Amino acid sequence: MSDRAAEQVQRMLALVPYLKNRAGVPVDQVARDFGVAPTTIVRDLNVLWFCGLPEAVTGEMIDVDMDALESEGVVRLDNADYLARPLRLTVHEALALIVALRTLRETAVAGTADAIDGALAKLESAAADGAAAAQQVHIVSRPVDPDVGPAVQQALAQGRRVHLDYLVPSRDETTARDVDPLRLLNAEGHAYLEGWCHRAEGVRLFRLDRIVGLSVLDEAASPPADARPRDLSAGLFQPGEDALVAILDLAVSARWVAEYHPVESQTETGDGGLRVRMRVGDPAWLESLVLRASGGVRVVEPAELAERVTATARAALDAYAVP
Amino acid sequence: MGRDCHGGRVASRDVTARKSERLMNLVITLLVSRGYVGKDRIRRVVDGYRDQSDEAFEKMFERDKEELREIGIPIDLGSNDKMFDDEPGYRIRRDAFELPRIDLEPDEAAAVGLAARVWQHARLARQTSTAVLKLKAAGVAVDTTALTLVEPLLAAGEPAFEPLWDAVVAHRRVGFPYRRPGQQPTDRTIEPWGVLSWHGRWYVIGHDLDRDSVRMFRLSRVTGPVRAIGSASAFEVPPGTDLRALARQLEPRPGDGTATVRLLAGHGQALRRRAVSVRDDGGGWDVVELALTDPVSLAEEVVVLGPAVVLVAPAQLRAAVVRRLRRLTGTEEVA
Repeated sequence: MSDRAAEQVQRMLALVPYLKNRAGVPVDQVARDFGVAPTTIVRDLNVLWFCGLPEAVTGEMIDVDMDALESEGVVRLDNADYLARPLRLTVHEALALIVALRTLRETAVAGTADAIDGALAKLESAAADGAAAAQQVHIVSRPVDPDVGPAVQQALAQGRRVHLDYLVPSRDETTARDVDPLRLLNAEGHAYLEGWCHRAEGVRLFRLDRIVGLSVLDEAASPPADARPRDLSAGLFQPGEDALVAILDLAVSARWVAEYHPVESQTETGDGGLRVRMRVGDPAWLESLVLRASGGVRVVEPAELAERVTATARAALDAYAVP
Repeated sequence: MGRDCHGGRVASRDVTARKSERLMNLVITLLVSRGYVGKDRIRRVVDGYRDQSDEAFEKMFERDKEELREIGIPIDLGSNDKMFDDEPGYRIRRDAFELPRIDLEPDEAAAVGLAARVWQHARLARQTSTAVLKLKAAGVAVDTTALTLVEPLLAAGEPAFEPLWDAVVAHRRVGFPYRRPGQQPTDRTIEPWGVLSWHGRWYVIGHDLDRDSVRMFRLSRVTGPVRAIGSASAFEVPPGTDLRALARQLEPRPGDGTATVRLLAGHGQALRRRAVSVRDDGGGWDVVELALTDPVSLAEEVVVLGPAVVLVAPAQLRAAVVRRLRRLTGTEEVA
């Protein structure tokens, strides 16, 4: 159980040295840096105002300029020299940050790796126990494609539009698109460019290893003002409301489908298999999944997809001259 | 609420504020003191303890110490004079309390700022943010625009992730039900040596105590709760253990040889991209030769392309493709 007072103490122990380094900082900026509401910071200041040296008289209490806070919205804090430094990183905090930096390092391309290495070395010496724990965690990512990766990174850094020839394997087609890059990311084992696609008129993800051709254009990237990278914390696959609902029976050999792809519900079928319900943005993708599983995935719904899969397989079999 | 009433400020503030104030004043008292501070003095100088009964104070003080230790504040118990049997007291050693000096260059600080966005797991994201916040508090200016990086997103949605992560850090034995592909779940007991994210999938590597060998478990195949067994620091990871090398055994070994497929013109673009050679075979068909590194995934790709492709050689793989297609048409049983 995390206690609200302990949480507040943790924040205040960072707030005091933070303010010591930034005299007269606007309360809104403090709130942004701390990731909390401005009212939370004001509440913290009201508590700090009651703290100080043991058996303190008024002059030895932590001093907060309440007038400046109320009239100008800026924070001035004084008389807290004994809290000049923040608390050490706990093992878990240092571990989480070191692993995050190492993850960045895995996919860093030339020119940016030094900055990450430098930060890592300094952190590891400032938090030795966290660094020791980090020996027990390893992150392995595929390196970013050396042809496409740096070019996309350059376009991103210079704010320029790119032209892509992009392969969609489930449709077996290559499409030409102009894209305004928003960010490069690595998730679920693959590197992606996220950007405003002028062809789809929306924010789309492009797997770098499926970019067949790329040129950085002279034109400046000009995505619509409201085009933002999507929040992918729920996973890369976030089918919309209008997505197709499919019900699939997974044989024992195809249970992995429920591990790799988000399913809405799953029930054991009793013979070691699973019946899953999932939302699918692209029917072509689902069809290719079912074909790849080659019998391990049976489509219960939609029925027309099941028929299409069987028809495709039957047509393919004809070429092998076997029944 | 005014500063002028310093001595008797009790006021209308809520319970959390009063408790926060007590905890802060306890921290300051133990931090500024030259030696160990006895319980009596603590009770006298920290607002909020003074007016408690003996019993209530004891309970309150124990709980406060525990909560402060949980947020990482090192509170020592000791005695100022070892020659005399005086009552032990408490203190916070400044060198154990304070973040050591850390000076980051602007691009290093930017890397730290970008690192704060990596974890997509709620608790680890929070811990990373707290770490970054402490660095900001120490004067580090974090401007993430100073660096353009590939942004990795590290998700960990498996329920087994958090207990296994904690067990690895604590060196604590764990037990869990585990399902290998195609089998019923069995219970495993391991000394977890490490966790590993391999191309986006989480694994735990450890010494399987029942099988007495080093095993690797995929977190998504843990089918029930992870149980902590026994105390922390229960084992050592053998020196020289290379988790990365152990994990490398996971990767499918690249095969050798070549495969030949017939492709309808304009189809099979992914295959054509990595073709060794493409030759016109007449009638709108091409003969395409490929390096055969991974037979299973080639068979899958061929099946997905349907009638636009025919796998010609090797014969064994051709037979495998035919079996797959027959399973799809229902003319062969699914294993």
